[in-house]
Amino acid sequence: MKRILLGFVAAAALVGAAAMAADATAPPLGLPPVPIPADNPQTPEKIALGKKLFEDKRFSSTGQVACATCHDAQKAFTDSPLTTSEGIKKGGKPLTGTRNAPTVVNAAYFVSQFWDGRSPSLEDQSQHPFVNPVEMGLKDHRPILKIVRSDPAYAKAFEQVFGKKGAAITMKEVEQAIAAFERTHVAGDSPFDRYYFKGDAKALTDQQKRGFDLFVNKGRCVSCHVVEQNTALFTDNRFHNIGVGINGIQNDVPALAGEFLKAKVTLAEVDVKILGDKRTSELGRFAISRDFEGLGAFKTSTLRNVAVTPPYMHDGSLKTLRDVVVHYNNGGVTKEGDPVNDFLSGGIRPLNLTEAEIDDLVAFMEALTSPQFASLPSGARTEVKP
Amino acid sequence: MNPIVPSRRDFLKGAAAAAAAGVVPMSVVKLAFADPALDFTFGYISDAHIQHISGTKFVRNWDRGLIRAVAETNLLNPKPDFVVFGGDLGQLGMKEELDHGAEIMSKLRHKTYYVMGEHDYYLDLGEYWSKLFGPQWHSFDHKGVHFIVLNSILTFDDWTFNRWPSAEQRMLEMAGLDNPNGSPFMVGEKQRAWLKADLDKVAKTTPVVVFSHSPLQKLYKGWNFWTDDADEVQALLRPFDKVNVIYGHVHQIQYNQVGNIAFNAVMATAWPWPYPQTYAHAEHAMPVLTVPMNRADPFHERDATGWQFIDVHTGRVALNYNLYNNTARTVAFNPASGRPEDKLFQDPAKRIPPQEHY
Repeated sequence: MKRILLGFVAAAALVGAAAMAADATAPPLGLPPVPIPADNPQTPEKIALGKKLFEDKRFSSTGQVACATCHDAQKAFTDSPLTTSEGIKKGGKPLTGTRNAPTVVNAAYFVSQFWDGRSPSLEDQSQHPFVNPVEMGLKDHRPILKIVRSDPAYAKAFEQVFGKKGAAITMKEVEQAIAAFERTHVAGDSPFDRYYFKGDAKALTDQQKRGFDLFVNKGRCVSCHVVEQNTALFTDNRFHNIGVGINGIQNDVPALAGEFLKAKVTLAEVDVKILGDKRTSELGRFAISRDFEGLGAFKTSTLRNVAVTPPYMHDGSLKTLRDVVVHYNNGGVTKEGDPVNDFLSGGIRPLNLTEAEIDDLVAFMEALTSPQFASLPSGARTEVKP
Repeated sequence: MNPIVPSRRDFLKGAAAAAAAGVVPMSVVKLAFADPALDFTFGYISDAHIQHISGTKFVRNWDRGLIRAVAETNLLNPKPDFVVFGGDLGQLGMKEELDHGAEIMSKLRHKTYYVMGEHDYYLDLGEYWSKLFGPQWHSFDHKGVHFIVLNSILTFDDWTFNRWPSAEQRMLEMAGLDNPNGSPFMVGEKQRAWLKADLDKVAKTTPVVVFSHSPLQKLYKGWNFWTDDADEVQALLRPFDKVNVIYGHVHQIQYNQVGNIAFNAVMATAWPWPYPQTYAHAEHAMPVLTVPMNRADPFHERDATGWQFIDVHTGRVALNYNLYNNTARTVAFNPASGRPEDKLFQDPAKRIPPQEHY
C-alpha cells in the first residue's frame, strides 16, 4: 500500500511540475524529470557560468587540465578511448588515475557519484578532481576562488547568478554552477526509447529486438540495468562485484582491506588513495562502505550511449561491448576458465549465451544511443583506437 | 526526503551508520568478560549442501555460498578463536560432496569443528564424514566455556537399518521435507548417557555452549525442525546456570529461551527456508516469530543466506549475522529480559516491513 501511495504522490507531483514547466524542460523520451535540488534551481545564467567553469583550464596546477579534458563534449563527455583518465603532466607525461572517466551525460540521475558512490551529489563531486594529485593537481581550492573572485567576467557572472562578490564567493557557488551545467546534459530519445515507450516497431532492427528479449530474460541484464514502465535509467544505483579488477588482487584482499581499515582515512583521503593506487582502487565500494558486500563492488553504469563511450568497466579494461557481454557470459571472468573471485555478487553467473545471442545483445546496446551522439564511433564490436 | 537526491546530511549519516555497522565484523568486537583474556569470538558457517552433479561438476550456487563465507571469515579481525561448521556440508552424503566441501573449507585459516547433519549422514551412516572430521560427538573447553558437539540427527534403529533397500534411498528419504516416509531426529539413548557423564564433570556455574544440527527443541515436525528427545536433553542441561544451544538445519534466524537455555539458529550458505507454521506441541518451547525476514530477491542468489560470527561474553552468546544483500543483524542475550533478542529489530517500531509484491 505504501508503495502505491508514494507512487500516487509522485505522480501528483509530476503533474504539478508538468503544469508549471514549459515544454523546453520536459525530459527526453525515456527519461524521468531531472532531479533538481531545492537549493540549487536551474537558471540559464547559472548554467552558462557552470559551462565556463567546467571548461576552464586555469583550475589545474599546470593550467592545462579542465573538467572538460576528461569529460569532453565531443566524446559524449568522456575521454574515450583512453583506458584511465589523464590528468596534469609531470615531466612531459600525463599522470593517470586508476579509473575510466564516466560520462557526465545522465549523471544527473545517479543517486551517488563516482564509480564507488563516494560522493552524494554532482555539487559535492565537482570539488574533488581539482585537488586530486593525479587529476588537476591543485593543493587546495584557493587558486580557484582567487580567479573567480578577481576575473571580471567571473565576478560579473557570480554577482548576477548568486548575488555574491569578492570573499562572499565560495566553493559552494562554484560547485552549484558546475552541477547546474551538468544537469543539462541528459540524453534519451534513442531508437530503443522510440520502440519501447512510443511503440515505433521500426525503430529497432530484428536483431536488436532479439537483443532486448535477451536483455530482460536469458541475459538477466535488466536486473541491474533497470528498465521501468515509462522510463529507463538502465541502472539500479547499486554496487556489485562483477569480477572486474578484484580478480587481479584476490590474494591480497585481506592485506589491502586490513590496511585500509587501519588507516582510518577520511572521504577526501579516500579520493587520493584510490586514484593513486591501483590495487587499493580495486577494493571498490569497500573504501566507502567498509563492509564485505562492498568488496570489489562498483556502481552500475547507465547503458545509455554506452556504444559511443568505450572502453568499458571502472578500469576501462574491456575494449568493446562484445568483450563486456563475454565477461558476463563467463560468469564474472574475462577469460573463460579463469578463477572466479570469492566475493562475486550473487546474480553474476554463467549465462550460456550463444555467439549469435552475444551479438544480438551488443546490437541492442547500440540502440541506446541518443541522436546527438549517433555520429560518434561505436565501440560495440571493434576497438576504437586513440 | 527526495528519494533520488538524498540530502548531504542523510548521505553522511548513512555512510557513518554503514561504516559503524560494517567495521564491526572486521575490527572491533566488544566483549564483556570481567577478565578480557577470556573474551573471544568464533565463526559459524552452516548448511552448505555441496551437491555433486557429475565428474568434477558441482552445483555452482552452493559452491559460491560456501566459498564466500570462508573468504569473509578469513577477513575477521580480531581473528576468531575457531570456526564451527554446523552440518549439511554435502547434499546426499557422497564422498565427492564431502571431499569437495572439505577442500573449500580447508582455505579457512582457523581451527574448525564440524557438526554432523542428516545430509552428511544417511548414505553411509557417517563413516566417511568421521574419517574426514573425527568423532561425531565430543566436548572441549575453551577459555572457561564448556563446548559440546552433538550428533542430533540420529533416528530409530528400525528406520535406519531395516526399512530401506539401499543406502541411497535411505539418504533421499531423510533429505525430503513433509515426507511421510521420514523419521524424527534424535540424540538417542547412548549419546545422552555420554552427555550425562560428560556434564557430570562440569561445574554448574560453567557456561555451556552446545552445537547441534537440528534444534534441540520441538518446532516443526514436518521439516524435522525437531529433536524427538529434546525434553530429555534439555533436562540434562537444566542444572547449569547458563546454557546456549546453537543449531543449523533451519536455514533462517530463530531464537528462543526455554528455562535456562538460550537457543539460536544460524543461517545457511546455500538457500533460505521460510518460517514454518509452529507446531502446537509444547507451548513453552515455541519461539514466536517476531522479526520476519524479507522475501528473498530471486536475482541475488546469495540473498537470505549468510554466515555468522559469535561473540561469547559473560557466558552468553551474541550472534552477529552477515546477511548478503541485506541489513546485518545481531541476536544477543538480553540479561534484562532473560532471553535472546534482536538488537535492532526487536522493537516493532524499528522493523523493516516485509516487501510487498504486486
